[in-house]
Amino acid sequence: MKSVSRSPFLITMLAFGFAFLYLPILLLILYSFNESRLVTVWGGFSVKWYAELFQDAQILGAAKISLTVAAITATLATALGTLAGLVLVRFGRFRGRTLFSGMITAPLVMPEVVTGLSILLLFVALEQLIGWPAGRGVTTITIAHVTFTMAYVAIIVQSRLTQLDGSMEEAAMDLGARPAKAFLLVTLPIIAPALVSGWLLAFTLSLDDLVIASFAAGPDSTTLPMVVFSSVRLGVSPKINALATLLVLGATIIIIGAAWFMHRQDRDRDRAVARAMAEQKDRE
Amino acid sequence: MIARAGQWVTEVLQAGGRRLVIAVPFVWLLLFFLAPFAIVAKISLAEFRVGVPPYTPLFEIVEGAWLHIRATLGNYAYLIDDPLYVAAYLSSVKIAAVSTVFALLIGYPMAYGIARSAQPWRNVLLLAVMLPFWTSFLIRVYAWIGILRSNGLLNNFLLWLGVIDEPLVLLNTDLAVYIGIVYSYLPFMILPLYATLEKMDLSLLEAAQDLGCRPWKAFVTVTLPLSLPGIIAGSMLVFIPAVGEFVIPDLLGGPSTLMIGKVLWSEFFNNRDWPVASAVAIAMLVLLVAPIVFFQRYRMRQDEKAREAAL
Repeated sequence: MKSVSRSPFLITMLAFGFAFLYLPILLLILYSFNESRLVTVWGGFSVKWYAELFQDAQILGAAKISLTVAAITATLATALGTLAGLVLVRFGRFRGRTLFSGMITAPLVMPEVVTGLSILLLFVALEQLIGWPAGRGVTTITIAHVTFTMAYVAIIVQSRLTQLDGSMEEAAMDLGARPAKAFLLVTLPIIAPALVSGWLLAFTLSLDDLVIASFAAGPDSTTLPMVVFSSVRLGVSPKINALATLLVLGATIIIIGAAWFMHRQDRDRDRAVARAMAEQKDRE
Repeated sequence: MIARAGQWVTEVLQAGGRRLVIAVPFVWLLLFFLAPFAIVAKISLAEFRVGVPPYTPLFEIVEGAWLHIRATLGNYAYLIDDPLYVAAYLSSVKIAAVSTVFALLIGYPMAYGIARSAQPWRNVLLLAVMLPFWTSFLIRVYAWIGILRSNGLLNNFLLWLGVIDEPLVLLNTDLAVYIGIVYSYLPFMILPLYATLEKMDLSLLEAAQDLGCRPWKAFVTVTLPLSLPGIIAGSMLVFIPAVGEFVIPDLLGGPSTLMIGKVLWSEFFNNRDWPVASAVAIAMLVLLVAPIVFFQRYRMRQDEKAREAAL
């Protein structure tokens, strides 16, 4: 099959595809260091837009709100999503299972405008009915974000759990561990990488969301994407390029770090298993 | 006796624990994902009024004991009567479908190339596909504004090459919306395609070639049908959200770009007409229910297969 992997057509398509994916981002980063206010004319190297960015109280305030919402969202979504993934893989059949798995899959493809509108109308109806939530703000954005991000966590946990057979948990329970204990001591450490990527994905999706947050936000809870969006609507600004560069670099460092960490963990575990097997063989 | 009772207590606790583990995510999703749709459906049957909330109540206690139900299909009739909405629906489906085809044409060879590359490269390339997905969607759409503007990077480059004499109008066109959707959703197309292509049994291809099958024919008769689940999953992951897309048509599209997500947004935020916005949402769901169920069944089949493989 070597001929296939060296096919000029495939290599060209890969090169073209990755250029398409990366050139816009690279150009964006390049022009954030542009001296000129005209975003498409190169006027020399400068970091002045970064300095302006860090003096913009509106952007800093929105960034603080967004980071808070994203951190709480990611933590709650990881907890709920892990339970949901566990239920899907290990709990077999129960009443409402089809509905349950439908509610896990649907948020992945549901258009954001529909999700956003529907959860806002729920908050309004709840407020009329029981007086909670009083007005909208960080809490309502967080609830909306947990709802759509927990589906992603559930899918990640589910695919990790299906890769494992249940034999290790069964062994633990045969040795007398209660299901909850077996989960905490055996299952959780094995699926930890999935929890890390689930948490990071929920954090990123929450930090990035414009549409659902716009519906769920109140007057005092403008998030970073909402500030970026209203500024971008007025035109291209080098300050937004600088902000974009920081966001892209932050995400890149975290993702590559996480990938490396998980790769190392998997490798260490594989080695430990191989070593244990070798010892077993020696003993025999 | 005591041991038996102890066992019984443990079993009850276990059953309760099991129920609790199911109930927590289940109730959350019922309350915050499913129940809202019922409320949207309810408000789509109400009438617009000036006030808080800006719609008429569906049930009202009139003159003491009479429960007065006031529902109207007026909002739906309005959607059908006003040519704007029908045009927006058709145009959303067209834009999403064309973008899906282009994403498939670009994504398939990429997924194939990654699946057939040597192991250490494969992980690096896969990570490179995922990375843009992890970086801000809004920022990635924004990047295209700087490229496609009339004095943008692409026009400047083409002028410098001498291919064109005056700048092309690229931004605020349907073309820009296609580019934006393909660009933003390409990773969603590549990942499921890669997943099916990577699992494929290569000996089938070798057998076809040994039997004198040309590579191209082997691809069409063996690889393509086997990768159909990936093609379907990837296409649904692009098509369904693209139909309701708001950010891309708003930032890259022009005034003539009609998309239903944009219509819903402006009904809600600009006209403040919640009942009509709800009717638009319900109509959009009706349009998407078939592809969503299709996607759902595909995923459940995959789950079952994965579980069987694990057992």
